[in-house]
Amino acid sequence: MTAAAPPRTPAAPVARGTGRGTLAGTGTLIRFGLRRDRVRIPVWLLALLLGTVSTANSLSTLYTSAADRASTAETMGSPAGLATSGPRHYLTDYNFGSMMGHQMLGFTAVLVGLMSVLIISRHTRAEEETGRAELLRSTVVGRHAQLAAALSVALVANVALALLLAAGLSGLGIEGIDAGGSLLYGFAHAAVGMVFAAVAAVTVQITPWARGASGMALAVIGAAYVLRAAGDVGNDWLSWISPIGWVQRTYVYLDDRWWPLLLALAFAAAAAAVAFPLSTRRDVGAGLRPQRLGSRTASGPLTHPLGFALRLHRGMLAGFGAGLLMLGAVYGSILGDADDLLDDIDQIQEALAAMGGASVTESFAAMTMIPVSVVASVYVVMAALRPRAEESAGRAEPLLATGLSRTRWAGSHIVVSLAGGTAMLLAAGLSFGLLGAATTGDGGLVLRLTGAALAYAPALWVTTGVATLLFGWYPSAVTVAWLVPVYGFVVGYLGQMLQFPDWLNNVSPFGHVPQLPAADMNWTPLAILTLVAAALIWAGLAGFRRRDLDLK
Amino acid sequence: MTTAISVSGLHKSFGRTRALDGLDLTVDTGEVHGFLGPNGAGKSTTIRVLLGLLRADGGTARLLGKDPWNDAVELHRRLAYVPGDVELWPNLTGGEAIDLLARLRGGLDKKRRDELIERFDLDPTKKGRAYSKGNRQKVAIVAALASDAELLLLDEPTAGLDPLMEVVFQDVIFQAKAAGKTVLLSSHILAQVEKLCDRVSIIRLGRTVQSGTLGEMRHLTRTTVEAETERPATGLEGLPGVHDLRTDGPRVRFAVDGNHLDGALRLLTESGVRSLTSHPPTLEELMLRHYGDELAANGHPAPGAETGTATATTGDTPSDGAGR
Repeated sequence: MTAAAPPRTPAAPVARGTGRGTLAGTGTLIRFGLRRDRVRIPVWLLALLLGTVSTANSLSTLYTSAADRASTAETMGSPAGLATSGPRHYLTDYNFGSMMGHQMLGFTAVLVGLMSVLIISRHTRAEEETGRAELLRSTVVGRHAQLAAALSVALVANVALALLLAAGLSGLGIEGIDAGGSLLYGFAHAAVGMVFAAVAAVTVQITPWARGASGMALAVIGAAYVLRAAGDVGNDWLSWISPIGWVQRTYVYLDDRWWPLLLALAFAAAAAAVAFPLSTRRDVGAGLRPQRLGSRTASGPLTHPLGFALRLHRGMLAGFGAGLLMLGAVYGSILGDADDLLDDIDQIQEALAAMGGASVTESFAAMTMIPVSVVASVYVVMAALRPRAEESAGRAEPLLATGLSRTRWAGSHIVVSLAGGTAMLLAAGLSFGLLGAATTGDGGLVLRLTGAALAYAPALWVTTGVATLLFGWYPSAVTVAWLVPVYGFVVGYLGQMLQFPDWLNNVSPFGHVPQLPAADMNWTPLAILTLVAAALIWAGLAGFRRRDLDLK
Repeated sequence: MTTAISVSGLHKSFGRTRALDGLDLTVDTGEVHGFLGPNGAGKSTTIRVLLGLLRADGGTARLLGKDPWNDAVELHRRLAYVPGDVELWPNLTGGEAIDLLARLRGGLDKKRRDELIERFDLDPTKKGRAYSKGNRQKVAIVAALASDAELLLLDEPTAGLDPLMEVVFQDVIFQAKAAGKTVLLSSHILAQVEKLCDRVSIIRLGRTVQSGTLGEMRHLTRTTVEAETERPATGLEGLPGVHDLRTDGPRVRFAVDGNHLDGALRLLTESGVRSLTSHPPTLEELMLRHYGDELAANGHPAPGAETGTATATTGDTPSDGAGR
């Protein structure tokens, strides 16, 4: 090992700046954080900016006539449309601006939340988990400095995004997208970003693992999204519990209300005010609860490769399983509302009937399978990449020096990913079906909706296959596997709104799944997806058997 | 005597870094073999090639008569490995990790496990995260020794252990040796190697620079001799193989090459020896002989055979950087 290069500013940099209290060193840490993220944050900001600007641009070229916009407004007014976009009020004047506020804002709010959560957990809990925080804290750094610096970095990123969006959108010169509205549109993103940053500031205090902390905060984002979906379709008050609902209720480009952002700011301040005291109630590196002692010996199943893999995965399985049960339940509970709502609106009935001959309930159900399958695929990627995480952490080495073969070791994780993904679909499909049957009074929905969810299983298996192939052949590039859920999400969501060509949809494994129950069952694509998945996994394992283990 | 490990001409590169550059290593069955070298010399890489975790670029390696890459799993049932830097699963207790590793290896001797846990003073109910480095190391050592492996590959196994545990470790390795097991012990602790090992291989920059018993190695290097004679021992400076001669009245002190020791002693006895001390080079000195130039490059005088012993006098002039 050669000695690390000396730091570039060796002269006690933490001593100056913010004084000597609990915030000492915050200024230096902010600069340090921004420097560490000098690629990451700009990539996020650029992706969000380009995504938003190009969407606005495509909308203005796609829906040129007022009649086009009016007919979209009708489609978007359906429960399926409202669940995946925003509140109905935007439809009253469906110009390009309000289309953005209605269809795009909720979607990008999730991504901004994700960015903010990752910033916070990366600069706080991940630092503690690796032990780097200990080194930093031993210098002149106050006990609140790291969290304050992380929140500041998130604030810088979010405000920069707000200004970029405001400049980018108003620069387009599209009718209905004015400068004042664009400023609000930008700051709506910043507000929701800071809400979830503050949520993450709390979750990173609770668990000692960065992954767990991010997971909890992401679950809050998911819950906020589902609440606003339920609120926008059914009971409006549900949306008022959701930070995403708040920013959508600025009715940007339509009414341009700024005050809902105050709600978001107040919430963020309150969450941060909880996080700081919590952080001093625990030790550096520890969670809020002291770690308990465990068993002296291993149980029988634990010493089998599959049992061991299950043990490592069980927290994530339980978390995602609970999340998907909830997701299904929420969609199921508004299925009845959707049914009632649409009986009254003959026009939409006709429009939908003309499109595919499916009933409103069916097309709504088919639509909700997109978020369900995307969330399940996030689980699948995390599970399939677990062997890589174990390998990089140096925990594969002692195991693979025993009588456990590489194939069985990686294979057991792959099996958990395949079966776990399927179980996720089953959980969401069942709860969707059960609550859907209860609210609509149609008992047959239980089986049909469970089946509709399970039809996505082969697409999830392909996702596992892609991750395994990368793991076997290009282990340093495994993060590329995240493109599968991200692409599925973007195409599934924006594809219809922006009328993407078919081939874009067909690149994603999710694009080949029959849209049950609105469409007819088609076994051929499912069989082909399964074969593709098997081939990818086989090839990935073959690659893993051939390569060097990545060792610490 | 059969050969447990035989490696010849092993090459392994990581990108442009050449980790192994024609390494040779032979370990006989039943012996404890010391594997010495500075950081980055290629010790861990060699052991990982022997485990089939890395695939060699060239050369041959045989382990218990089999190929470490192709027969990895079969071999792993017959060997146990302790890595130098043990990482444990944060949500598994130490006891669970021990059982997991030992059972996956093919069997666990419960009695032996409990005995080892007690001897190493390990709390098996703590979760992986709660262990200090030394305790993580103990978990791996207990797991390795609790299964009945015929070959132990130990990669700096006691890094982080306290001196008391070091004694326990040495004891346990003696037991393993008595039970006929073969041990490859890579180490930085020279006292440990001197005590435990039958033979040693010293490697450097991915190549074996010396291999043999400590006795053989000592023979090849200089012995330090201090004597007091009745008459001044003249003529020593003219003898071959005598270095660093210092005379102080009746006292002489010099280092002499192993194969010229006899001549030097003869000359001393002719001068009437009153007292004589001699000591063989320590392992540390053997190591320094091979790495002396590195130290010299770092601004330290390369020590000869007279440093590092209890009788060494301070203020000696730097020697010639023996062994270059």
